[in-house]
Amino acid sequence: MSSEHILPLFIALPLGAAFIIPLAGLFREWLADTIAVVTTGLLVLLAFGRMGEDTVVYALGGWRPPFGINLYSDSMTVFFHLIIAVISFLVVLYSLEYMRRYTGVVKYYCLLMLMIAGMNGVIASGDLFNIFVFLEIASISSYALVAFGIESEELEASFKYLVLGGIASSFILFGIALTYSITGTLNLAHIGQILDGGVSGSMVNLVSALFIMGFGLKAALMPFHAWLPDAHPSAPAPISAMLSGLLIKALGVYCLIRIFFNVFGFGQSFSTVFITLGVLSMVGGALLAAGQDDFKRLLAYSSISQMGYIIFAVGIGTPLAIIGGLLHLLNHAFFKSLLFLCSGAVDYATGTRDLKKLGGLWTKMPVTSATCTIGSLSISGIPPLGGFFSKLIIVIATVQAYDTLGVAAYWLAGITVLVSFITLLYFVKLLKMAFFGPLPAKLAHVKEVPALMWSVLVILTVFCIGFGLACPYFIDMIEPVQEVLLDKSTYIINVLGSL
Amino acid sequence: MGPYILCTVLLLFGVYAVLAKKNLVKIVIGLLIIEYAVNLMLILIGYRSGGSAPIITSVEHAAQQSATFVDPLPQALIVTSIVIGLGTAAMVISLCLRLYEKYETFDILQIRRLKG
Repeated sequence: MSSEHILPLFIALPLGAAFIIPLAGLFREWLADTIAVVTTGLLVLLAFGRMGEDTVVYALGGWRPPFGINLYSDSMTVFFHLIIAVISFLVVLYSLEYMRRYTGVVKYYCLLMLMIAGMNGVIASGDLFNIFVFLEIASISSYALVAFGIESEELEASFKYLVLGGIASSFILFGIALTYSITGTLNLAHIGQILDGGVSGSMVNLVSALFIMGFGLKAALMPFHAWLPDAHPSAPAPISAMLSGLLIKALGVYCLIRIFFNVFGFGQSFSTVFITLGVLSMVGGALLAAGQDDFKRLLAYSSISQMGYIIFAVGIGTPLAIIGGLLHLLNHAFFKSLLFLCSGAVDYATGTRDLKKLGGLWTKMPVTSATCTIGSLSISGIPPLGGFFSKLIIVIATVQAYDTLGVAAYWLAGITVLVSFITLLYFVKLLKMAFFGPLPAKLAHVKEVPALMWSVLVILTVFCIGFGLACPYFIDMIEPVQEVLLDKSTYIINVLGSL
Repeated sequence: MGPYILCTVLLLFGVYAVLAKKNLVKIVIGLLIIEYAVNLMLILIGYRSGGSAPIITSVEHAAQQSATFVDPLPQALIVTSIVIGLGTAAMVISLCLRLYEKYETFDILQIRRLKG
């Protein structure tokens, strides 16, 4: 099979599985488990198989762009597909054990597969409207998954998430409608080409504002973050890991950077907006996280803060800063999934997520404690773990941006370091309250989680350490992604041919 | 220009309903109004007064006919977006029903067990 035909499989496989799982679940529940594991496992293999591959433009139905719909894949697509495949595979493995406590596991896997299909679709599509469609597939399944426990809090969180997410989606569609009215096309590359030819600025600004609002809400940037601290903790732990580790990146960051770098062309004004939103989320998220007593809420606020880092770094727009941002995105996907799965393990073993009621779990749950500690150290930027290098690169890139930002560059670099320090602070608090200190009498009988669950935690920890130790290798991997982002004309030529 | 402004006004009505209303069902209605406003906007973009349906009936006159066609693409898009809207609406309404079972009220001021 030629590599070109593998690309649609990233969408078709999980989408197909989503429809087969409920049917299989009618006969045997373990069939649903097996199909989910096999599908995500296949996605991992396919994603690894496509590493280092050239750009692929797959015209659906044989209609060449800009007339037909096309899927598009370059190093950025491969990079995101790889992250999604690996994390969703591990999450499915973890769910096998964790989800036994819930009823309706078949529906859970069905929704999870739909979400993966949506995310893969957003990343592979070369068409603005298809991005919207896949984004809605992923969003609607995530609304359902947040409410999966159908307790009062879950429903409330899901309703909030749905209303805000629905408004964001409508605004994105509004932006798409306006884009269509000014350019007469929906193909990303073709839009880019027409905008290059000169289109009145004010309309483009309005569209940009709508997209920043819409995708910014999906990415939980600071003024649009209100849904995240409710929605992410309310979901079952594997879903929190998917939402925080993947969904906000695939729907938010990916769309923002693809559209603003490859389609609109990244200018000074966008840079300012990205940096402002980034710094706001970075600082705000960290300050709010410091005051939390709920394990998962703390992690959720920390996600906002780390997303701020990514958007801030990308907003600076120099090659080094973009590498830093994307490296941080890679790191964050893994350590945040790890931490959310750890919180799930703690919840599984003790039945509570309230840090005040926890403590001293170090002796009872050694693997969870160790993995959670390494994850926390990595997110706080302690060398030699992954988080250290990405934050270091971001700080260096910020200082180097002195030419464009002036003295503000030093201030921003200072803020970045300071926020990293606050991150360390609240993660030390988390570790101290959950894993160290005296063991409450109620938790005396607590046991380590089953082997399948902790082995997933160990694998994710190995990744976190690996990102630090083999950092140059991963920077080499991200280098072409950064080139894709900064080279708008190549993107257009790849899709439309040299017109 | 007029219809576009009216669409935007409709959209803002929806946003107002979502922001200001205290009843779950009214918020849902606001959400749906936003969706309809956007769909209306999308279809208006492809509209051409006095245009005909984009179907080629005779091969000889194809060029002539296509000069008066309305733009079919937005129509295809809103069919999709209406279906997506249906999915969202079904989801949000089932959530409302479940919330009513749990809290026995539609008033959002009383549905606040989360810290927000």
